[in-house]
Amino acid sequence: MSSRDGGMTFLSRGFVGRRDARRDAGRLPPGQYDVGDGFPVLSAGPTPRTAPEDWDFTVTGEVDGPVRLTWQEFQELPREDVTVDIHCVTKWSKFGTTWSGVALDTLLGLVDTSAEHLLAYCDGGYTTNLALEDVADGRAWVVDRFDGRPLEPEHGGPARLLVPELYFWKSAKWVRGLYLSGTEEPGFWETLGYHLRGDPWLEQRYAGD
Amino acid sequence: MAGTAVRRRLTWRLATVAAVTAEARTARRLSLRIDGWEGHLPGQHVDVRLTAPDGYQAQRSYSIASAPGSTTVDLVVQRIDDGEVSSYLTEELRAGDELELRGPIGGYFVWHADLDAPLQLVAGGSGVAPFLAMLDHHAATGSGVPVRLLYSARSLDDVLGRERLEQHAGRGVGVTIALTRTQPPGWAGLGGRVTPETLRDHVWPPDAEPRIFVCGPTTFVEAVADGLVAAGHHATAIRIERFG
Amino acid sequence: MTVESRRLDGNAAAGRLADVFAFDATVARTRCGGCGTTAPLGAHHVYADAPGMVVRCLVCEAVVLRIVRTPGHTWLDMSGTAALDIPDGDPS
Repeated sequence: MSSRDGGMTFLSRGFVGRRDARRDAGRLPPGQYDVGDGFPVLSAGPTPRTAPEDWDFTVTGEVDGPVRLTWQEFQELPREDVTVDIHCVTKWSKFGTTWSGVALDTLLGLVDTSAEHLLAYCDGGYTTNLALEDVADGRAWVVDRFDGRPLEPEHGGPARLLVPELYFWKSAKWVRGLYLSGTEEPGFWETLGYHLRGDPWLEQRYAGD
Repeated sequence: MAGTAVRRRLTWRLATVAAVTAEARTARRLSLRIDGWEGHLPGQHVDVRLTAPDGYQAQRSYSIASAPGSTTVDLVVQRIDDGEVSSYLTEELRAGDELELRGPIGGYFVWHADLDAPLQLVAGGSGVAPFLAMLDHHAATGSGVPVRLLYSARSLDDVLGRERLEQHAGRGVGVTIALTRTQPPGWAGLGGRVTPETLRDHVWPPDAEPRIFVCGPTTFVEAVADGLVAAGHHATAIRIERFG
Repeated sequence: MTVESRRLDGNAAAGRLADVFAFDATVARTRCGGCGTTAPLGAHHVYADAPGMVVRCLVCEAVVLRIVRTPGHTWLDMSGTAALDIPDGDPS
C-alpha cells in the first residue's frame, strides 16, 4: 500500500486488521478480504422506499423504441437463479451469494440498439456506467430476491443490478432503468476518481489503475 | 479561541500512550502524550489510523475527552462487538505503545468558554466523551455559565467518567443520568429512555436560550433533536454530533 | 441497523475536509444548490461508509459535496454547493 505522507509507513504494534484476509486466497481478487457471513451495507444517501405499484423499469436512450415495464410486467419475464461471489471496492468480498432476477440479456432484448454503453439510473439519483459487453451473455441481472427472500430496501430492494464480475458499486441499488448510448458517460463514483470499468481481478479501483 | 480561520494542513503524527485506564465496563481511557500538541478546544476530535503489517489500514474518529489544559490528550474508547479498531484500542494497546493520529479536528461541535448562554449537554452512551472535556474546561476556566448534562447510559457500569461527573455535580453542574436497561437498587436517577417529558424536565427551557450540544448514536441524537425542536428550541441553537 | 441509523453529521467530515481546505470547512456556511438552505457544513448529513464521503443537505438530502481519496489524489465535487461563506475567526 502506498502512503501519501511519504517515508516509512508506521505499523501499529499488534494490529493485524482482518484476520481472515488470506483465507481462500485463490477465490479472492487482489487486496480483498472475506467478510464471511456479514453483508455490509454501504450507502451514499438515505434509503429510498419505492412501493411495487409505483415502481417501473425503463430502457431508453439510443434505442428504436423505449421500453417501460411495470412491476407486474417485470415479474412475468423469464427468471434466473444465480450464485456468485461479490467484491466491493472497499475491500470486502462475500462468497456464494444467491440471487434471483431477470438477465440483462432479456431486458436489452426488448429493444433494438447499436449502443455500446449504458448508464444505469436509480431512485435517490445514483448512476453507474457499464459497457454493454460487460453485461451481455449472462453476466448481469436485475435481481429482486436475495437468499430466497424479497430484496430488502437496505440492500437495494425492490430491485438492484447484479454485475458480479465487476466491483459491487456497479451493482447499483434501487435501479429503475438503463440509458443506452454510443458514448461512455461516467456515473456517480466514476466521475469522482473511481475506475470506469472496475474489474476486481485487475484491481481497477481508481481512475488510472 | 479559534483565532484565525486559516491554519496549516493536518498531518499524521505519532502519540505515545502514557496510560490505559478502565473508564467503564467496556471502555478505556487512552491518555496520550503528543510532542508539539498545539492545544485543542473542548468538543474537537482526532482521527486515529491503525496499520497492519500487510498494509491494511483502518481509521476512526474519537472525541477528545480531556480539557485543553490537561497534561495528556485523552480519548475514551467504548469497545464495540466486532469493532476491529475499538477492540484493538481497548484490548491490545498499552502504555508505551505509539498511536498514529491527526488533529485536533472540527470547529463546529465546540464549546467556547466565553459564550454567555447556558450550556445544555445531552449524551447517549459514549457520546459523553466530548462533554467530559467541556465540563473539565468549564471548571478549569471558572466559568459562571450554568450547565446541565442529561446522560443516557445502559447501566451504571456503562457510565463513563462517573467520578468526574460526581465532582462536577458537587460544584453545581446539573447532572442527570438515565439508565435505560438496568437500575441498581435505590437508584435516584432516571430509568428508561429519554422521552419528550425527560427533555422538558431536565433541559434548560427554550426561553433560557441555551446552547445545546447533543452527542451519541445517530438514532438517539435525531430523536433528541426532534424532541428539542418540538419543545420550542431553535434548530440553530442545537449542535449535533452523531456516530454510526 | 438501517442506513439512517448510521448517518453522521458534517462534523465527522472535518478531517477529510482538512485534506482539501486551508480553513475549517465545518464552520463554513453553504447554500444548498437543491433547496437553498443555508447551514454550516458541520450541521449537514454525512454518509461516510460508501466508496467516498457524501455530504447531503440536512433539509432536502441533495448532495452538497463529495470527496474521494485515491492514491495520490483527492477528488472534490462541490457542484451541489451554491455558495460557501467562510468566517474569519471565532465561529461561535
